[in-house]
Amino acid sequence: MNISEMLSYGFMQRALVGGALIAILCSVLGVFLVLRRLSLIGDGLAHVTFGSVALALFFRLHSFYMTLAIIPVVLGSALGILKLAQKARIYGDAAIGIVSALGIATGVMLASMAGGFNVDLFSYLFGNILSITSSELVIAAVLFVIVLGGVGIFYNDLFASTFDEELAKSSGIDTERINAVLVLMTALTVVLAMKVVGIMLISALLILPAVSALQVAKGFRTAIVCAAGIGVGTVVIGISLSFAMNLPTGATIVMINFLTFITAFAARTVIRRR
Amino acid sequence: MSAALEIKNLCMGYHGIDTLKEVSFSVKSGDYLGICGPNGSGKSTMIKAILGLLTPSRGEISLLGTPQTRFSEWQRIGYLPQGLQFFNPHFPATVDEVIRLGRLAGKKFPKRFSREDAVAVERTMEWMDISHIKGCMIGELSGGLRQRVLLARALVNDPELLVLDEPTTALDPETRESFYQLIYEMNRERGTTVLLVTHDTATIGKYASHLLYLDKKVIFYGDFDSFCTSEEMTELFGKHGQHLVCHRH
Repeated sequence: MNISEMLSYGFMQRALVGGALIAILCSVLGVFLVLRRLSLIGDGLAHVTFGSVALALFFRLHSFYMTLAIIPVVLGSALGILKLAQKARIYGDAAIGIVSALGIATGVMLASMAGGFNVDLFSYLFGNILSITSSELVIAAVLFVIVLGGVGIFYNDLFASTFDEELAKSSGIDTERINAVLVLMTALTVVLAMKVVGIMLISALLILPAVSALQVAKGFRTAIVCAAGIGVGTVVIGISLSFAMNLPTGATIVMINFLTFITAFAARTVIRRR
Repeated sequence: MSAALEIKNLCMGYHGIDTLKEVSFSVKSGDYLGICGPNGSGKSTMIKAILGLLTPSRGEISLLGTPQTRFSEWQRIGYLPQGLQFFNPHFPATVDEVIRLGRLAGKKFPKRFSREDAVAVERTMEWMDISHIKGCMIGELSGGLRQRVLLARALVNDPELLVLDEPTTALDPETRESFYQLIYEMNRERGTTVLLVTHDTATIGKYASHLLYLDKKVIFYGDFDSFCTSEEMTELFGKHGQHLVCHRH
């Protein structure tokens, strides 16, 4: 099958556009999260998404409404992680662990009450970007504008508080507000990304393009642009390859990302030895 | 001359334990204040309270004539800590990107850099003789150069008050000396008020005009020369302490 034939399918066009938008968001936010050692927040929020999807399926919500219903639950959980870490005097990873476990437990319990896991729940667990509908693409585009706009507006504050929170505070930056903005944008992105790689593999899309970019980038802005480029490239190649070779899309994207990371790591090692 | 910093009855506590008790003093514009005291005496806690990083349990702090709780002109204050809180040697920031971050202080939302900011960064790098490393990654620099870059970040706004919290702990003696010379020149030539926290009393003796000896409360506060002849000096450093502490360059 050639490229023009592949691109002639409407579902492929939607998948490539949707995948690229989501990849940019994941990669850009991923750089901030990885450098703040908050990479696993994506995993935690994905587990909350799993619980929310199970709840939505339990009430037989249409997938369009399902996405809209999940967003406030995941946003609330993201703020819950922050508040737990601040108020309950526990470390961020423990707070992520608590919310993550609660999400999984809710999902398993609801799935059990509904008579076991069904095909729909599995498609959210492992993703199916090829099934993205036009209305879901519209939601993705709107959230893309909101999240990327948020990163653009708060870019310098996000950079400063990621570099060193205490120095940022001493410059008058409200780091608590900036942290809240970052986790809320991550929560929105996680909801979107579950369609691409599935709940199980979301953290890979947040972490791998970012760490690949960090191997080679010289400068913070370069790291962000580089991560976005890697994210889009790997998602587009992954979707195309999975379609051509009849492979699971989410897993293919993750594998391509991993190969990119290995290549970037090797390139860095070679450059350093010179 | 007006006060750059005024502290009245400052009290700080943590889990019911006092870390600072009724601390009061005032620093005039252009002073160079050395702050010393034993470990756990509350030096860094006080610095954090001055910068709004910690909230006092009681007392008042006034920065450049404005109550600290209402202070918003953070570009008038430069801060250099002992080191970065959780420094990541692989952080992908170049030297000029790090220095430019200092220009965010006092900017209004949405914070954008201008041509003026770029000029200020270039000028500071030239003055600090670090222009040649502007494109280097911060994590690839030696400890001394990295502290110099962070000092440039603190100075990029040409602050009226410079707060240094044990800034040379990880530096070799030669680098430390050139570092303190630079601060001294700033104080003498530009009239920058300096607050320097250090265990190194000899450095205070050499460069500071005033000394604050803190041990949860103020043990001594005054000009350096009167400290050298005070009972407190003899109590703290012994009869022969004058030779160690009070020699001037």
